[in-house]
Amino acid sequence: MTGAASPAEATDFFAPDVPGETKVRKFNINFGPQHPAAHGVLRLVLELDGEVVERVDPHIGLLHRGTEKLIEARPYQQTIPYMDRLDYVAPMNQEHAYVLAIEKLMGVEAPYRGQLIRTLYDEIGRILNHLLNVTTQAMDVGALTPPLWGFEQREKLMVFYERASGARMHANYYRVGGVRQDLPEALVRDISDWCDHFPKLCDDLETLITGNRIFKQRNVDIGVVTKDEAMKWGFSGVMVRGSGIEWDLRRSQPYACYSEMDFEIPIGLNGDCYDRYLCRMQEMRESTKIMKQCCERLLKTPGPVLIEDNKIAAPRRGEMKRSMEALIHHFKLFTEGYRPPAGEVYACVEAPKGEFGVYVVSDGTNRPYRVKIRAPGYPHLQAMDWMNRGHMLADVSAILGSLDIVFGEIDR
Amino acid sequence: MSWPHSIPVLEKLGKAIVSKGGKGLFTSYEQAFGEVTLTAPAARVVEALTWLHDNPAYRFTQLIDLAGADYPEREKRFDVVYHLLSMTKNLRIRLKVQADEDTAVPSAVSVFPAADWYEREAFDMYGIFFEGHPDLRRILTDYGFHGHPLRKDFPMTGYVEVRYDDELKRVVYEPVKSVEWRNWDFLSPWEGAEPGYAPIPGDEKAIPQVKDARK
Repeated sequence: MTGAASPAEATDFFAPDVPGETKVRKFNINFGPQHPAAHGVLRLVLELDGEVVERVDPHIGLLHRGTEKLIEARPYQQTIPYMDRLDYVAPMNQEHAYVLAIEKLMGVEAPYRGQLIRTLYDEIGRILNHLLNVTTQAMDVGALTPPLWGFEQREKLMVFYERASGARMHANYYRVGGVRQDLPEALVRDISDWCDHFPKLCDDLETLITGNRIFKQRNVDIGVVTKDEAMKWGFSGVMVRGSGIEWDLRRSQPYACYSEMDFEIPIGLNGDCYDRYLCRMQEMRESTKIMKQCCERLLKTPGPVLIEDNKIAAPRRGEMKRSMEALIHHFKLFTEGYRPPAGEVYACVEAPKGEFGVYVVSDGTNRPYRVKIRAPGYPHLQAMDWMNRGHMLADVSAILGSLDIVFGEIDR
Repeated sequence: MSWPHSIPVLEKLGKAIVSKGGKGLFTSYEQAFGEVTLTAPAARVVEALTWLHDNPAYRFTQLIDLAGADYPEREKRFDVVYHLLSMTKNLRIRLKVQADEDTAVPSAVSVFPAADWYEREAFDMYGIFFEGHPDLRRILTDYGFHGHPLRKDFPMTGYVEVRYDDELKRVVYEPVKSVEWRNWDFLSPWEGAEPGYAPIPGDEKAIPQVKDARK
């Protein structure tokens, strides 16, 4: 308050008007690092003109753990669990990219059933991710019911993770040359049953969100990304598909069993937050279709899930009880590990958030010389600045929600 | 186009880029593990990237990744690795340039705006400078951090650790003492097992006995 004793400052709105001058007051505010809509530990320094955002400066790295440095100090096999802790919302997709990279170096390929299981669990990961993202985005703009419904299904999917790998989230299930162990038939049937019921939940979610007036007001025409911008800023995944670019690594650079699966790739028209939401909803339905096909094939095709070469893949427990050879292999694998030839590879998968890639440099020893993790969220978050300019403060959380950010992978 | 591309196709691609790229724009190419790696002189990297971006035969319009790498034994110790993607031609390519601690690499931000944060990261992690970068700040490390953690000569534990001091009522930085980094070398535990050659935990207890046996 301005009294006679305290002279008015230039930014003081209570000061008397000066003819010909407009009173301007700019705010600098911190959004996060402890903000429920920041999706983790993100600090955004916002420059505001009134309620209009003029500049966004994301400060990241609050969750930096030095994953890449840690990986350089361990045998290959022991570094797979680090991948789970990147995008902890869809852990197995990351493992997939990493084992693909090592497999490329070593020149091995997983057996068919192993590939099918990988495809199945990649899609479970995609649904895990999209359920979290879509529902929390709805929560960011004010809806409370969607996360409750979505998380119930996520819980069921995590049980599938647990029944396959023993862990709800940090699975450490993929191995170079396949997956750790086979799925029991009962599990495959349960997943198949779940796939029959899940589309109903998608319908229910859509009745809550898709036509919702508030949700549309908060998302339609917000955070528009043109095709050109999506290319320039290195976007991938839903961020390019929402803008109408037909690009999905599962289709254009297929890996695992995707080339034989029947699925559609949803494309957005306007590139706004709402289109990205619609893409994600549709992708969940398509993922369910892929999962169903995987289950059918898994029930029909028994076989090995891991390559037999004990120089790369650990021998089975039962074998080790009887065979000295297996015991030695086991010891050598878990102390020394395997040595891929020297060279460098880049392998990537279509993770739920976009292209997740791993660049591995091998110097011929049992440890990677350099691992660079290409997280899809990194270039997406970088775009916060220009995407938000000119939007209102309240749109920041809507745009951030639609970028699908998880700090495990961005900060590494 | 089919995926993955066959080896002859990639060989042809690498050869074509090096020969068409103009004088000394790309110095060499290598095809390994089904991927093509080009090398270029660091000073002309923007020109090389622009050429790859604009050439209608390739259209590498997306910068997928930019990574640093450290090889301390080399004269120019750093590699800057660009991964490019062409969505229209369904091609991937890798471009590598070399740098050291003093000479800056021209920034790719003018060709690929996405390079901004990647270059900040390479600067933060390795101390590679990018000339013409609009805002070359640290990005992943702590405010006020010293050193470049992904360099090979940077210790795994770092130099400082933090804890909350109850008396000062704030977080304090102290030299590392609570962690001991155990770096076991399991590379060759048996073969050529001369004493001390490939130390494994417990070896130090066995060595005196071996010496006695030789007497």
